[in-house]
Amino acid sequence: MIHLKGIHKTYGGASPLHVLKGVDLDIQQGEFVAIMGASGSGKSTLLNILGILDTYDEGEYLLGGTLIRNLSETRAADYRNRMIGFIFQSFNLISFKNAVENVALPLFYQGVSRRRRNQLAMEYLDRLGLRDWAHHYPSELSGGQKQRVAIARALITQPRIILADEPTGALDSHTSLEVMQILKDLHRQGMTIVVVTHESGVAYQTEKIVHIKDGIIERIEENLDPAKNPFGMNTQMK
Amino acid sequence: MTSVFQSFMRLLRSSFDSDQWMEIFDSLSKNRTRTFLTAFGIFWGIFMLILLMGGGRGLESMLGANFAGFASNSGFVFEGTTSRPYKGFSRDRHWNLELTDVERVRHNIPEVEVVTPILQTWGGSAVAENHTCRVSVNGEMPEYALVDDPKIKFGRRLNDVDNQQRRKVCVVGTRVVEELFPQIGKDTDPCGRYIQLDGVYYRIVGVSGKGASGINIGGNAQTTVHLPYRTMQQTYNRGKRVDMIALTARPGYKMSEVQLRVESLLKRVHLIHPDDTQAVVKVNTEAMFGMIDSLFSGVSILVWMIGLGTLLAGAIGVSNIMIVTVKERTTEIGIRRAIGATPRDILTMVMSESVVLTLVAGMSGITMAVIILQGMEIFLHGQAPDAHFQISFGLAVGAAALLALLGIIAGLAPALRAMKIRPVDAMREE
Repeated sequence: MIHLKGIHKTYGGASPLHVLKGVDLDIQQGEFVAIMGASGSGKSTLLNILGILDTYDEGEYLLGGTLIRNLSETRAADYRNRMIGFIFQSFNLISFKNAVENVALPLFYQGVSRRRRNQLAMEYLDRLGLRDWAHHYPSELSGGQKQRVAIARALITQPRIILADEPTGALDSHTSLEVMQILKDLHRQGMTIVVVTHESGVAYQTEKIVHIKDGIIERIEENLDPAKNPFGMNTQMK
Repeated sequence: MTSVFQSFMRLLRSSFDSDQWMEIFDSLSKNRTRTFLTAFGIFWGIFMLILLMGGGRGLESMLGANFAGFASNSGFVFEGTTSRPYKGFSRDRHWNLELTDVERVRHNIPEVEVVTPILQTWGGSAVAENHTCRVSVNGEMPEYALVDDPKIKFGRRLNDVDNQQRRKVCVVGTRVVEELFPQIGKDTDPCGRYIQLDGVYYRIVGVSGKGASGINIGGNAQTTVHLPYRTMQQTYNRGKRVDMIALTARPGYKMSEVQLRVESLLKRVHLIHPDDTQAVVKVNTEAMFGMIDSLFSGVSILVWMIGLGTLLAGAIGVSNIMIVTVKERTTEIGIRRAIGATPRDILTMVMSESVVLTLVAGMSGITMAVIILQGMEIFLHGQAPDAHFQISFGLAVGAAALLALLGIIAGLAPALRAMKIRPVDAMREE
């Protein structure tokens, strides 16, 4: 599904910052992967490149067999819309739109009719248990509810991959557990999910942990039985 | 630039796509304060422009009503004193305008359409019953109405029969009636009543409705008594002497040039030096009307400048607030970009918000101004029936088109800025 080879990224400026120094990574269809590292390790940059939010200088990146390189902004937007579902730490819901409208927004950019997309949005909200909150605005929702709305929004375009950037970063441990459970459920249904985090508690909920340090992949750890690392025990949690 | 154009075309094409409109309406209506503040500048600008234009128009028509009835290509010639010795005559000589001069002008100068003599006295007083009124008296031929229409309010004008039979009849100004017959009020027809001038009684046959302002020949039009020419000629023993000659030029001829020909004719027959500048006095409404015209074009230039300036300031305000708005919406725009909005989607979004906002605000401004102008017109109808404040439909349509253009221009800078927001920026904002 994801194939990264020799990815280099340098941020220009007065003192150029070499953030990614040759990253090779393969993620297969249906995998549940965590990219873990301290802040400044380059994990966010890697996520941005994976999400086609940023470009890379060297190497090659294949997403679902498509080479992601030198895309026009319009093509990039289209790929993001159809192939990738984003979940952000700060939810990034649009404050003046209610839950349904937020979830339906990606379909607006696909040109789906209002009725059809609101109907779909309701279905996804229902799947995440938010039917009763469908017409609430983000300010009227709890953190966990907001993140569930964001997950519904990520899912509505039926993307090939879900990219989650610190999905529990703004949540308390109880809600974090809920959100991770949703991600695990999605994984069980066959979704490819990549989570970026600096919390090992979150990382060990996944099946494969990619440790990144100073712009290179330090090691890849198989975590065959996530259940053995109960969330919040012996781990670095809030 | 091309992408701006394309997005505009796309907006036009999608103008029946209710979804796009819902989206615009959504983001405008859910940010009420921002929308209101942005819209107010445009609202005020167009409101002021239309109001000023209507006001200017109303003022023009109100003042114009004062000059109504006066032929715009008319002129007057009367006698002065010579300033140069000529053919044995010394300077400072008085010469006399005569009835024959009227015939001379009529026969020798074909550009003249109407030429008619006028007799005048000033400082006379009219008496009726126990009341007295200071008046000036004019003796006029019937065709003088072609030069200065008396705007008859009651009764009739002086006619040929009055003149021929030297009837003792008169047409009076409104003030004369008010002063002499205070008991009947100004809205009652005084025709048939008699007034006395210098011991002679005249029957009122008409009342001139002309106002006090405007062009007055021979004193205030409201306190003038008009007599038939031959009546005045006989009763005041004027013989063939004439006080003034009134002229109008045929269409296509300038009064100033016609007057020069009249002047040189009069100088020739009255033995006045051809270069004498004082002997023949000329008054010309062409110059007056020209002055009034330039006054009004000055006013309308001023109105346009102020109005357009205010409107432009409003548009710059919209642009400014939209730029701030775009900054404020960086996260939102970043999110939209991350979940699949193309730069053009963003451009279309900001531009269409700007255009819709400008148009809606502008239309309400136009509507408001039109209502106020209509109100003024109705309110002032009693005092100034000829005054028209309302702007034309074409002008309103033009203003709306101007608004659309302003909306596009105002939206341009913020839209281009919004287009540059990268999705990564959304995530940087924590």
